[in-house]
Amino acid sequence: MNAVTAHKIRKTFPAKGKPTVALETISFEVGQGELFGIIGPDGAGKTTLFRILTTLMLADEGTASVDGLDVVKDFKEIRKRVGYMPGKFSLYPDLSVEENLRFFATLFSTSIEENYDLVKDIYVQIEKFKKRKAGALSGGMKQKLALSCALIHKPSVLFLDEPTTGVDAVSRKEFWELLRNLQGQGITIVVSTPYMDEASLCDRVALVQEGRIMDIDSPKGIVDKFGSTLWSVKADRMYELMKALREMEDVASCYPFGQEHHVVFKDETASPEKVKRSLMDQGFADFKFHPIEASIEDCFMKLMTSHNA
Amino acid sequence: MKQFTYFIKKEFFHVWRDKRTLLILFGMPLMQILVFGFALTNEVKNTKIGVLDNSKDETTRAIIEELESSRYFDIYRSLGSNADLEPAFRSGKIKLAVIFPENFQDQLHHGNKASIQLIGDATDPNIATTLINYATAVIMDYQRNMRGQPVYPYTINTEMRMLYNPQLKGSYNFVPGVMAMVLMLVCAMMTSISIVREKEMGTMEVILVSPIVPIRVVIAKMIPYFILSTVNIASILLLSVYVLDVPIQGNLALLVGLCLLFTVTVLALGLLISSVAGSQQVAMLISLMGLFLPTVMLSGFMFPVENMPIPLQVVSNLVPAKWFYYIVKNVMIKGLGFEHIWKETLILAGMTCFFMAVSLRKFKTRLE
Amino acid sequence: MSAEKVISVKELTKRFGDFTAVDNITFDVKQGEIFGFLGANGAGKTTAMRMLCGLSFPTSGEASVAGFDLYKNADAIKRNIGYMSQKFSLYEDLTVRENIRFYGGIYGLTDREIKEKSDEMLTQLKLGEQVNSLVKSLPLGWRQKMSFSVAMLHSPKIVFLDEPTGGVDPITRREFWTLIYEAASRGTTVFVTTHYMDEAEYCDRVSIMVDGRVDALGSPTELKEQFSAKDMGGVFLQLARKATRSDG
Repeated sequence: MNAVTAHKIRKTFPAKGKPTVALETISFEVGQGELFGIIGPDGAGKTTLFRILTTLMLADEGTASVDGLDVVKDFKEIRKRVGYMPGKFSLYPDLSVEENLRFFATLFSTSIEENYDLVKDIYVQIEKFKKRKAGALSGGMKQKLALSCALIHKPSVLFLDEPTTGVDAVSRKEFWELLRNLQGQGITIVVSTPYMDEASLCDRVALVQEGRIMDIDSPKGIVDKFGSTLWSVKADRMYELMKALREMEDVASCYPFGQEHHVVFKDETASPEKVKRSLMDQGFADFKFHPIEASIEDCFMKLMTSHNA
Repeated sequence: MKQFTYFIKKEFFHVWRDKRTLLILFGMPLMQILVFGFALTNEVKNTKIGVLDNSKDETTRAIIEELESSRYFDIYRSLGSNADLEPAFRSGKIKLAVIFPENFQDQLHHGNKASIQLIGDATDPNIATTLINYATAVIMDYQRNMRGQPVYPYTINTEMRMLYNPQLKGSYNFVPGVMAMVLMLVCAMMTSISIVREKEMGTMEVILVSPIVPIRVVIAKMIPYFILSTVNIASILLLSVYVLDVPIQGNLALLVGLCLLFTVTVLALGLLISSVAGSQQVAMLISLMGLFLPTVMLSGFMFPVENMPIPLQVVSNLVPAKWFYYIVKNVMIKGLGFEHIWKETLILAGMTCFFMAVSLRKFKTRLE
Repeated sequence: MSAEKVISVKELTKRFGDFTAVDNITFDVKQGEIFGFLGANGAGKTTAMRMLCGLSFPTSGEASVAGFDLYKNADAIKRNIGYMSQKFSLYEDLTVRENIRFYGGIYGLTDREIKEKSDEMLTQLKLGEQVNSLVKSLPLGWRQKMSFSVAMLHSPKIVFLDEPTGGVDPITRREFWTLIYEAASRGTTVFVTTHYMDEAEYCDRVSIMVDGRVDALGSPTELKEQFSAKDMGGVFLQLARKATRSDG
């Protein structure tokens, strides 16, 4: 049995003129114990999808189930079994760390003591601040507390909506380590994020954009499907280099990527050499030119452009 | 059950830790009672009164002397006949007229009973009442002193008449009015804001996704404000009795019971607002414009309902505070029993059930 | 490129009670530079940026922005800088044109200037057809690009960008950086914060704040050498892990 299934889910919101489509007929499945990522920018429909799966919203069309239960018919039962951490890591800023956790525990008719084992790894990191008000915690700490709150009733499926947005790189990394540990305890985790680099940490990911799923696969599977050879290009004047590359006929795409540009050529066999020569003619120096493996972000951009074309 | 009690506890934490709001909640009734109580009751001293003595005998002269020697009144002498009364009032030369009927002393001595008419200018009802009370007291004093003599079996009645505002709207009426206002603010506005705040913070999402029954969420939200309200009701009543000397004439248990009924009405309204409003500002705006303003303007507390244009009178029937105001005024100020107010109580109870039903029905178990 | 210093910060400190949010920081930013301002949550970035924008006074230290002293000429600073953040940028219930007019008006541009600037901007962003639509009807990516252009409307000497690309899709993110590069090549200094480590690589120089101090400052290449990291992400992790405080 799959932990989560979505079958032809569609959701629109009324707006002046024509309704806005938040989700266009999407389907996917998440297996038991999987760490499943929903990767996409703001406005891709991630939050709407989470709300439908956590029974907070009704889809216009399609069916969905969580833990084998229908999200419409059995919503009460689902509410006992899922853990949910909404976008802004909902906590009460005027309650202390401990009070927040206790509140969410009692909400699910359990207690901190009963399920302490489950949150122990996370909670020990914030326990020394347990008398502090949640509003006075840093972003990373709030995020850990919110995760503890979502876990305290031992859910079988955990939904985390953008848990790492606005959190610095260090806290993000630690957070993903925590998720990995949780997965080891048999909890199915569905997590959304706008950070493409986090996709590689999931078992499988869905790449979403404007309410559509562009692809679903393991991170490796997605990267393998990239299809063309990706070249990393570096030279002395990076910004001019990008402009020069983009003007070349042989270049299919060129995107800056940190300290290098990622380039795809139209004709894979001949072009790289030709391009290199012509760039040298234009006076660029200090060349580094080598093929690399595509990242999820490369794949995402490729899927975006091929869809828009 | 533990789930529920901790939920209530958590609501108390919210209320308790928000010191500024707490101060407003408890300070407001105090402020309002004191402002309305003292600012609106002007002290009476050397007020000009007119005397129309149609009898001109020893007793009337003695009473007039008593009046004149009190520090409250200055006597304006040029009242020759009933016809002079109206112009004197109109021009504001007098605020009160004391009228002795013809043959006052004869009536008193042969019939053992005589009446003095007191006419007050009730455009300012507080002052008029005070004046009449003082005048009556002076007359009673006189009578008591006479009783000290061996034989004085006579009784003087004072008959009072209020000009321009015969029912004396607005005298002690601010007490029930303030009560309605405070309950509106505490219950309706605070409850709606506290629910909407959870929507804004996103905690409502988590709560909805938990197995807790939505009606319990609502009730848990209401309980702290219900308790706060009882504290406020008690403090308003105590202040009225001990600071403002407004006595509770009727049955205290009945009065408190009715106040609690109104508290529930207002809580239901607050809940209704929270289901419509998406942000705290909207909730506050709806509470102020939709509840607070009608309470002040249409309940009969500031402006007598009878004097309003007919359409407004009709609308005022929809304002729960109007019924509450009527009930409290009658029980607390006039000391009437339940048999006189059961109809109004029934209307209020009906409204409460209606609002409660609608708002519970509207409280969604999902977003959107 | 001219070496004129447009931001010069010396021993700048800001305390809130006994909490030192910004602790004795010193750095310069040159004209036309893209200066990345990195740091973990709570490291003091926002506080530092507020001071530089003339929104709050330092407790001690000196600083001049766009040639004006922070203490004496905060108003002149505000006229010479542009500011854009992820959270607030444009009025969603106004149209594109109304937003441009409004911001142009705030900075005292003449009607003709506003018209010229907005034509130029709309062509650049290919927003011509949307000029009369409400901002909230535009996709997020366009909105971010447009709010950048609006922040540049009065040709400021320095533009402060606070996490301008948060939550934006990868293509728009890169288009956004193209705008940044163009602005810098025209001589505008860009002061930018971000949580995307690849974006740190696009900056000419980067400073990394830890616990209120600037613990690293240099070009991405220099920093990577200094910390023997293969990318800026590595540099950042090494530094931010040392952080001892966690208050927001």
